[in-house]
Amino acid sequence: MAYSSILDWIVYDNPMESPFYPFGDAYNLPYDIAYKLWDIIGGTLAWLVNLILPDTNVGLRISEWLVCTQTNNFFALVLFMVIIFLVAFIAVLISLWEERKVLGRTMDRRGTMIGMWGFLQCVADGFKTFMKDNVQSTRADKMTYIWTASLIIGTSVFIDCLIPLSGRWFVVDYGAGILIVMGLYALAPFLILVSGWAQNNKYSLIGGIRAAEMMISYEVPMLIIIATMCLLNGSFNINDFVNNQYDTVWYIIPGIVGFITFLICSTAESERAPFDLAEAESELVEGWQTEYSGMKWGLIMLADYMRGATSCGMIVILFLGGWTLPFIDLTATGWTTWWPVPELVFLLKAWIVFFIMIMIRVGVGRVRTDSILNLGWKVFMPLAILNLVIVLALKVGGIF
Amino acid sequence: MAQNECQIPDTIAIAQGAEVTKEMVDQYNAQSGQMDMDKMWIIMGPQHPFSHGLWTLKICADGEIVTDADPIVGYLHRGWEKEAENRTYPKIIPMADRLCYAASMTYTHLFCMTCEKALGIEVPEKAKYIRIVADEINRLQSHLMWLAAVGTDLGNYTAFLWASREREYWMDMNIRLCGARLTTNYPRIGGVRNDVFDESTRFLRDLYRCCDHFDKSIWELINLIDNNSTFTSRMIGNGIISRERCANLGITGPAARGTGIDYDIRRDDPYDNYDKVDFEVPVLTTGDSYARYMVRMEEMIQSVKIIRQAAKKIEALGEKAPYRLKVPSKIPAGRTFCKLEDPRGESMMYLVSDGSDQPYRLKVRSPIFVNVSSSKDLLEGCRIADVPVIMAMIDMCLGETDR
Amino acid sequence: MAKEVREYKDTWESEIKGLIESKFSGKATVSKTETRRVYVKADRSISFDLCKFLRDDLDFEHCATVIGVDMVDYMQVVYHIDNYTKYKGVVVEVEVDIPNDDLHIESVACLWGGANWHERETWELFGIVFDNHPRLERLLTPENYEFFPFRKSYKLREVQ
Repeated sequence: MAYSSILDWIVYDNPMESPFYPFGDAYNLPYDIAYKLWDIIGGTLAWLVNLILPDTNVGLRISEWLVCTQTNNFFALVLFMVIIFLVAFIAVLISLWEERKVLGRTMDRRGTMIGMWGFLQCVADGFKTFMKDNVQSTRADKMTYIWTASLIIGTSVFIDCLIPLSGRWFVVDYGAGILIVMGLYALAPFLILVSGWAQNNKYSLIGGIRAAEMMISYEVPMLIIIATMCLLNGSFNINDFVNNQYDTVWYIIPGIVGFITFLICSTAESERAPFDLAEAESELVEGWQTEYSGMKWGLIMLADYMRGATSCGMIVILFLGGWTLPFIDLTATGWTTWWPVPELVFLLKAWIVFFIMIMIRVGVGRVRTDSILNLGWKVFMPLAILNLVIVLALKVGGIF
Repeated sequence: MAQNECQIPDTIAIAQGAEVTKEMVDQYNAQSGQMDMDKMWIIMGPQHPFSHGLWTLKICADGEIVTDADPIVGYLHRGWEKEAENRTYPKIIPMADRLCYAASMTYTHLFCMTCEKALGIEVPEKAKYIRIVADEINRLQSHLMWLAAVGTDLGNYTAFLWASREREYWMDMNIRLCGARLTTNYPRIGGVRNDVFDESTRFLRDLYRCCDHFDKSIWELINLIDNNSTFTSRMIGNGIISRERCANLGITGPAARGTGIDYDIRRDDPYDNYDKVDFEVPVLTTGDSYARYMVRMEEMIQSVKIIRQAAKKIEALGEKAPYRLKVPSKIPAGRTFCKLEDPRGESMMYLVSDGSDQPYRLKVRSPIFVNVSSSKDLLEGCRIADVPVIMAMIDMCLGETDR
Repeated sequence: MAKEVREYKDTWESEIKGLIESKFSGKATVSKTETRRVYVKADRSISFDLCKFLRDDLDFEHCATVIGVDMVDYMQVVYHIDNYTKYKGVVVEVEVDIPNDDLHIESVACLWGGANWHERETWELFGIVFDNHPRLERLLTPENYEFFPFRKSYKLREVQ
């Protein structure tokens, strides 16, 4: 084939008609974007190859391979992952910026000031940690030291990406959605314990033990509340959760006790102040992160915030109606065609919940180890049971 | 290294029926060092967020419970007292500023007072009141810095920044008074360096404004901390020390008044014109960290009260009154000591003079030097998480500890 | 438990003077008294007993300092002892001479815990040995330090 227009190579296929479409009947926006992005990239490459090697068998084969359905699907999946991660990453950076700015204002100072109302400070800090020297103890158990850090960061990023932003922005959509997120969420404290042991440092070890203590005392009420809300909803599916709340009422109204308990438990779960015992700065230097330096430390901090964002996302899904607004059918307005309205609604709700967490951090000091256990077992556990009783009464009474 | 060197008990002999004595087990444990897992020594400092300054606290922890503590100081030992022996008296004044960075004026004041007592002169009335004002400004500054440190030790940065913000006003008053923020170099032997009636600084006007502002803003801090169970639960009931033990260990200042020792040098052994101003000495008897915290907070309120009274007295004395005497440069031979209520406790200078213009021996008694030596008694039985809180209530200042 | 706290009377100094001089006649002399100050010059042999007497009988609860002074021909140890209750605000200064060839004195760390670090400091800076001290180790200077830097024989480099 001689010279041909670039538009001959770029055809915007409907991804849902592709035989390899991975999401069944559901429409997936990021996959759609990724698919069309590869249409453009692959089409341009194919056109270029065809231009450089005209009238040859090889050139034609390469060009055709670049735009065939299978290739398109494969690269679309790769881009899909990148898009999902980038959006989650930027959402986390914004919550980080929000924390620094709100903390700054409440403490009577300005907060971050570099570019875009201080947002670029997060980026600058990220770059700084990447440039730092990697200092590592020679006596640490190297393999465990590296692998636990990677796994902590990996699971945290993974669960944050698993949180759907809307009915069309998700990674997987299946029955046990809530359970898989919570299961992975509970993995990190175990890894922290192992990591604290592997670093061969007393501060890290105590930090790791404290993390394990906290996991034991906060995981249980949290899981009871999740089970309760699933009972109210009748399904573990995240989509069902949001749709049911839109049909009836936000679950914060029947489950107000559960909401408060869950908010505090998930603050503890993501190791934010006042429950940051595992990295209690004033006595344990940096807790279990003491021996991690440079890029590893930066990524661990990012993972911490990703876990915080996951907590907020879970609260929004379980109690605050997810990406819907009460009484307004967002899809019927027609905005959703061109604007990411449900996604933004979800993120805004998550940031508001995060704002509550920041305000908690502003006002209180760090809780001691023994009182945190008391709080977990003697206050939050009964509250979780109380929540269960209320929900059971509502369910048996036929209101839900 | 250590593991390779340690001697392992003769396993063959044991296998053949030799008796395993307690000494053998102890020796093995001592040599290997890693076998003794029920207790471990945690070394906090000198580069540790909890040690405000360069010092080390070794604590022996059994799980989370502290069983032993061993403070190590001396990283900042400059031989201050030896240096002073080779300087003339006026040259020691700026050096005395460097003893304590948080309340520098108190040590300069103490040094000048000791020299005046050795010379047998009485400073002018106005200088006495100016010194009281300066001392109380420094006390407020020091206590607010302590409050900020308590905030960080309790894991809350709001308290830290709010207290620092309030401290900034008193730092400004320092600037109005003498032009410097920290190392003031203000008191002189025989009075003070400059008068407070200066049109360009308007010291007294701003002092009243500062007092009025502080009366309100101290309640912001009290409401933040006292009405908050996360703070109070960390302080109530830990680091308890009895009145007798406290007196015996030589703990002085707010830490001692928190245990029921009703003793304040300003009131019970008055210097300058402290007997002519009206103030109360807060005393609590519980002896825990919260009592020490409460005493310091109340002291700040009382300091503002003292400042107001002293400022009124200065105004009444007027611009014409002298504020400084001419003094001879040589101090007659003899021995003198003076005591002063530092923000941290009882500080004292002992001067042996030999008739020349240099001191023969000048000894500084620093309250923190003694207070920190009692950390074993304070810390025994508390949890690791309580260590920063208890030590924060001592209000470490390494410049005067190591001298 | 709670001891009687008394208000200051100007007869206290002479009262303390009389008590000390009658108890340790010849060995301890009160050189002068001022308001709330009693200056005692004591013999080395009774310094510990004097301190014990001050603590147990006169309720002097607080040992403010233990100071070493190098007088070239001899050394001195000076104690400042405070009272919180019975003679509130009174400070007794006890001055003890020690000959250069026998730098030993009984430790008072067992009487007042507050004297512990002061004695350690005096030992490391002057070389005055406090007998029966629980832990006479170097405190401010490094452990391998070989001099007693605050003695007059130790000159600073600039001064030489």
